[in-house]
Amino acid sequence: MDYFLSEEQEMIVEIARQITDERIIPQRAELDEKDEFPRAILGEMARADLFGVPIPEEYGGFGGGCLDIVLALEQLGRGCIGVGTAFAASSLGIYPILIAGSQEMREKYLPDVASGKKFAAFGLTEANAGSDASGIQTTAVLDGDEWVLNGTKQWITNGGEAQIYTVVAITDRSKGARGASMLVVEEGDPGFSCGPKEKKMGIRASSTTELIFKDCRIPKDRLIGRKGTGFITVMKTLDSSRPGIAALGLGLAQGALDEAASYAKQRVQFGKPIMAFQAVQHMLADMAIQLEAARALVYGAARHIDAHPNNMSKVSSMCKVFATDMAMKVATDAVQVMGGYGYMREYPVEKMMRDAKILQIYEGTNQIQRNVVGQELNKEYTRA
Amino acid sequence: MKIIVCIKQVPDAKDVRLDPKTNTLAREGVQSIMNPYDQHAVEEAVRLKELLGGEVTVLSMGPPQAEEVLRQAISCGADHAVLVSDRAFAGADTWATSYTLAKAVNVIGAFDLLLCGKQAIDGDTAQVGPGLAMRLQIPYVTCVQKVRQATDSGLVLERMMDDGYDVLALDYPALLTMVKDINEPRVPSLKGKMRAKKLEIRKLTAADIGADPACIGLPGSPTQVVKVFPPEARCQRAVFTGSLDEQIGQLVDSLQPYL
Repeated sequence: MDYFLSEEQEMIVEIARQITDERIIPQRAELDEKDEFPRAILGEMARADLFGVPIPEEYGGFGGGCLDIVLALEQLGRGCIGVGTAFAASSLGIYPILIAGSQEMREKYLPDVASGKKFAAFGLTEANAGSDASGIQTTAVLDGDEWVLNGTKQWITNGGEAQIYTVVAITDRSKGARGASMLVVEEGDPGFSCGPKEKKMGIRASSTTELIFKDCRIPKDRLIGRKGTGFITVMKTLDSSRPGIAALGLGLAQGALDEAASYAKQRVQFGKPIMAFQAVQHMLADMAIQLEAARALVYGAARHIDAHPNNMSKVSSMCKVFATDMAMKVATDAVQVMGGYGYMREYPVEKMMRDAKILQIYEGTNQIQRNVVGQELNKEYTRA
Repeated sequence: MKIIVCIKQVPDAKDVRLDPKTNTLAREGVQSIMNPYDQHAVEEAVRLKELLGGEVTVLSMGPPQAEEVLRQAISCGADHAVLVSDRAFAGADTWATSYTLAKAVNVIGAFDLLLCGKQAIDGDTAQVGPGLAMRLQIPYVTCVQKVRQATDSGLVLERMMDDGYDVLALDYPALLTMVKDINEPRVPSLKGKMRAKKLEIRKLTAADIGADPACIGLPGSPTQVVKVFPPEARCQRAVFTGSLDEQIGQLVDSLQPYL
């Protein structure tokens, strides 16, 4: 379908497609097998200016919007959402600075992320604070001109690989949700370390570690925005980033459909390519229909967000749920169409099915997304 | 450092057919790409520019649509583009092409390095690079597989040979032709693509470069294509089956007559 992309958007698609076809697809199986972080590929993306897409022009970026980043991530996701996640997590890590950071902070951090010289990461989740962010234990206490951080973040994407970490910590326990703040921690700050790489079911090219703060001292000016605005910044960050996860789902589903359909054309059983059997055709048709419906929703949501940045929660959650549930289903069906071959590691759909699952879990589980949509509906119908 | 890279638009080899009557390439409906060896030459030029400073000019002789490959080179980091295009150039062989490019290089002006791909994948002659160097009276090195050292005063290179490689040092100006081993061409950048879209390409005609009409196009081309044919397969193939030991036995038996 023609989505009437601008010339610049077509360029983003072309560049991301070329990186996906020439760099990611040939290497994805090995990166998965070896749990290897894709430094060289990310370097290529940096050279192609992709890291600059969401960053304003005055900081060396492209000044792109939600749809621009969605288009890039969709292509990358077609190759490997592990690589796509590593890329997306760097954007996620700088959104708090983009959303709430001071001018000095933006000038200090954004140009290096735009050029890909440095990676970023976002630290919210803890052992007892996932869907319920109010359970955060990590604290930041002001001591003279320094914040002192203590606590442990869990399952942080780009942990150990990033140089810039935006983390949530409680600065005033008595104020509940208004007692959380966001701060920037840099690689090498005293008292800050990353745990070992977690062993995951999928997206194994991406790095996931703990962030450990033991009397970690950082300068006072590392506070992002005002004290106590941490939760608002987190919510705005996730609202902005969720369509990107939806886009990884679109890409993954497209990759799975491509594999399943080409296989069905050449696999012969009972004297015919299995594509000729209606049972298989209907499966492929359903995959294509669901994918296109999701794409229309994600692009539509991204355009809405670009036009109405203050009213994005509901559409952002809607597109994340729909596109990632779709990706899981399409990947599972791709394995089914390919039968025993699909289940073998030799074929890419096995990895796609393992990878797809995380899309329904991270950046807010799909159940939490439905809560967001439900709460927004509740508000809307109360007003009416 | 001023670098000029000669590039050519060629039919995509994945998609190539011969016209059985004329023995020339059937180009209609075939996707055009930048000659793959030339992509490596552009990449090396951009790397040298990043290392030593300066600018990269890409030069192509071809029909108006050859602009596409020039814009592609710009999107990958080249600074200026020149298209030498004229109906009078049609039918040029390597002799006439090297004459035309030499004339165009003289119009572009002073340079330190001229880079070319080893050969174009359509004609496969590998003659234009050396021909151009001879016409410009500058030294050349073909089949460069590595730039070991690059400074403002000269280069140390590896030249690929059948049995290894030569190490050569040379001063500027010089012409080099590149093999694919030299680098991995980059993916175009977003800023590069946006620049490529807007950039005005300098266009030169036969008159602009002061070409002698007798030396260009078909009249200036002594080469005649008499016959084009696929090479005969030179070796026999055999597949051995059975256990590893049996396969080795079969291999040794089949080699026996030649020992």
